[in-house]
Amino acid sequence: MDNFLSLFETYDVAGAFWVNIQLTFWAAIWSFILGTILALMRISPIASLQWFGAAYVNIFRNTPLTVIIAFGVLGLWGQLNVVLAEDFQVNFLRLAILGLSIYHAAFVCEAIRSGVNTVPLGQAEAARAIGLSFLPAARLVILPQALRGAVAPLGNVLIALTKNSTVAFAGSVVESSNLMKEMIEFRGDLVIPIFFVFAMGFVIIVVPIGLLTTWLSKKLAVAR
Amino acid sequence: MRKPRYAVAAMAAAAALTLSACGGGDEASDDTGSEAASDSIRIGIKFDQPGLGFDEGGEYSGFDVDVAKYVAAELGYEEDQIEFVEAPSANRENLLSTGEVDMIFATYSITDERKETVDFAGPYFVAGQDLLVRADDEEITGPEALTGKNLCSVAGSTSAARINEEFGADANLVEQPGYAECVSLMGGGQIDAVTTDDIILAGLASQEANAGNFKVVGNPFSEENYGVGLPKGSDMCEDINAAIVQMIDDGAWEDAIMANTEGADYSYNEELNPPEPDACA
Repeated sequence: MDNFLSLFETYDVAGAFWVNIQLTFWAAIWSFILGTILALMRISPIASLQWFGAAYVNIFRNTPLTVIIAFGVLGLWGQLNVVLAEDFQVNFLRLAILGLSIYHAAFVCEAIRSGVNTVPLGQAEAARAIGLSFLPAARLVILPQALRGAVAPLGNVLIALTKNSTVAFAGSVVESSNLMKEMIEFRGDLVIPIFFVFAMGFVIIVVPIGLLTTWLSKKLAVAR
Repeated sequence: MRKPRYAVAAMAAAAALTLSACGGGDEASDDTGSEAASDSIRIGIKFDQPGLGFDEGGEYSGFDVDVAKYVAAELGYEEDQIEFVEAPSANRENLLSTGEVDMIFATYSITDERKETVDFAGPYFVAGQDLLVRADDEEITGPEALTGKNLCSVAGSTSAARINEEFGADANLVEQPGYAECVSLMGGGQIDAVTTDDIILAGLASQEANAGNFKVVGNPFSEENYGVGLPKGSDMCEDINAAIVQMIDDGAWEDAIMANTEGADYSYNEELNPPEPDACA
């Protein structure tokens, strides 16, 4: 037991999880913004925008996240000299957030689109009938109702994002899965307790997200 | 129609191998006259470390592999009785304690923590942490010269962090999933040095694609005793140590190192090598 507790003195477990939380927080914001724009494109009346939205979703939903994150470091930074921050380590953090956002935006887009499907067609027709053009109709009438219906799928995307933040290790971000590797490498005698600590860490972070989105989706659900 | 037949044949062969590996253990060692205790031996190696343990489409090469073959031969196993199994760092203790492999030759440093779960024979080589730099780099001569430089190592190893902590250098650390990525970044110009054990670096530098581009600095600053991982309570330690001593004495050890680091401008640390195996516990 003492052996096990000494792990927490040697290794900054909480600090490593904090990096995952930061990654998740920023990627959630950016992927939500990008995903909403993509969803608007897909439901817009303009064929080229629909096409672009569909192409984006199909490309990034089907590309492994590891490949996207690795491209951030090996391609963007390594070959093209893209630098997103003065600070050396923050640069990798931002590249990873960029990768996570680009990937999850595809899923956010589809979650929102599934919410749009819960809005009766009459709502859109009514919005157009009172003279709103596409964007105001989407912003004032369709999206607010769509988001209510999309809370549960968006929650699933957020949970997936939280766990996928561990892929950032491929982009040189020192987060919990890095630390787990390091701990297993040097403390092979404690493999099972180490796995348990990291599994529990994610359960502790993810369960509240699940509870919150379930509660929200019930509270906001439209009884039809 | 040919391909499916091959596939069936391959599957049958694989199934047969698996079955024989499971069942053949007990009744094998009788009339062949060899001292082998079973039909085959399963040895864990790295598959992704050129120069040490490397899988080239089913052909295994490297120093670890050469030592493993020599030791297996001394234990009475023909080369076709050896089955090489991939042993990634994080999985080495598990492979041994579940009996998936009989022994591990995979840049496995002997440490007190690891001795809690596994036994070690050897060491068969003493490596030291060193730096790989571009062949024309005269500036980086050791860990102290790394301030402000970009340094790459593999995620989850402490070798990169050690440079800042122990040598007071203020290097920028880049952690990648594997050394191949580090070397590719160094080729692209963003990384000034890659750090890990010298013999691993030499193996990387002597790869065909990299030959002549990189060099090992040759200023090792740690001591890693590569041992043979064995299941706890194994009785093979004495025999393996005897085989290692013999390999060193008859020159095969030296030849194996030279052959696997060719073109990397590498010489091992002669103060610590060749090592004398520790007494078996």
